[in-house]
Amino acid sequence: MAERYSSFNAGGRMWFLQRVTAVFLLVVLAFHFFLLHFVNHADEVSFLASQARMTTLSYYSLMILFLVTATFHGVNGVYNALINQGLTGTKRTVIKWTLVAASAVLIVQGIRTANAWAGIGLY
Amino acid sequence: MSQSYNRGLIEDFSRWREFEAGMWAWIFHKFTGWVLIGYLFTHIAVLSTGIPAAGASEAALMAGEDVYTQTIVTLEGLLLVRILEVGLLAVAVFHMLNGTRLLLVDLGVGLEAQDKSFYASLILTGAITVASVPTFIAGAF
Repeated sequence: MAERYSSFNAGGRMWFLQRVTAVFLLVVLAFHFFLLHFVNHADEVSFLASQARMTTLSYYSLMILFLVTATFHGVNGVYNALINQGLTGTKRTVIKWTLVAASAVLIVQGIRTANAWAGIGLY
Repeated sequence: MSQSYNRGLIEDFSRWREFEAGMWAWIFHKFTGWVLIGYLFTHIAVLSTGIPAAGASEAALMAGEDVYTQTIVTLEGLLLVRILEVGLLAVAVFHMLNGTRLLLVDLGVGLEAQDKSFYASLILTGAITVASVPTFIAGAF
């Protein structure tokens, strides 16, 4: 039936999200590396320079979206890799919710940090 | 129609001798993925020093004496960190290029040349990494 190969699985919402986030991350990660290593150099980092970027709403929003998509893509990738290695049953449920909790902690901490720079009181 | 393949355990001794390009691409993608998510957690932990730094005085911030600036400056002053950053770039670039290759294959493009596109990903990763070394090492000595 499969004339051409694709890992596409009809109805696979997580499969689709993994790929949508991949496309987004390709662009934003390249931008991130370019901006913070080639435009601004690593040894010139300062709180004030980071603050100047983060007080711009478009940059702040992009970084929050970057954090959320990267966390989803990375943690979902780890989960998929573990399932691929044969993770099943109770272990699978426990690991799934551990990964969800770790993601939540990472996102909350990332937003707190972004808020500290942006001067938003919630941190 | 979806298909899944039983790739066996990569841990099985000496199986690597039998691996073809696609299997190496799969292993490298997985390995680089683990490194990147591990780095993301570390990255946010280091950046979190920005939270206490936000409470520092204007004078301390201007002088770069806040905990965030000091942490980054100290880390970036270590040659080992600079070398690890080059490694991180290599890992990220490979994951991005090979990921593009996977997205294209899923869209029905380039399956017949999937081995060649893997080799191209490796060569391009090497070239971009080597070309970036001067920028990444600048100021470390």
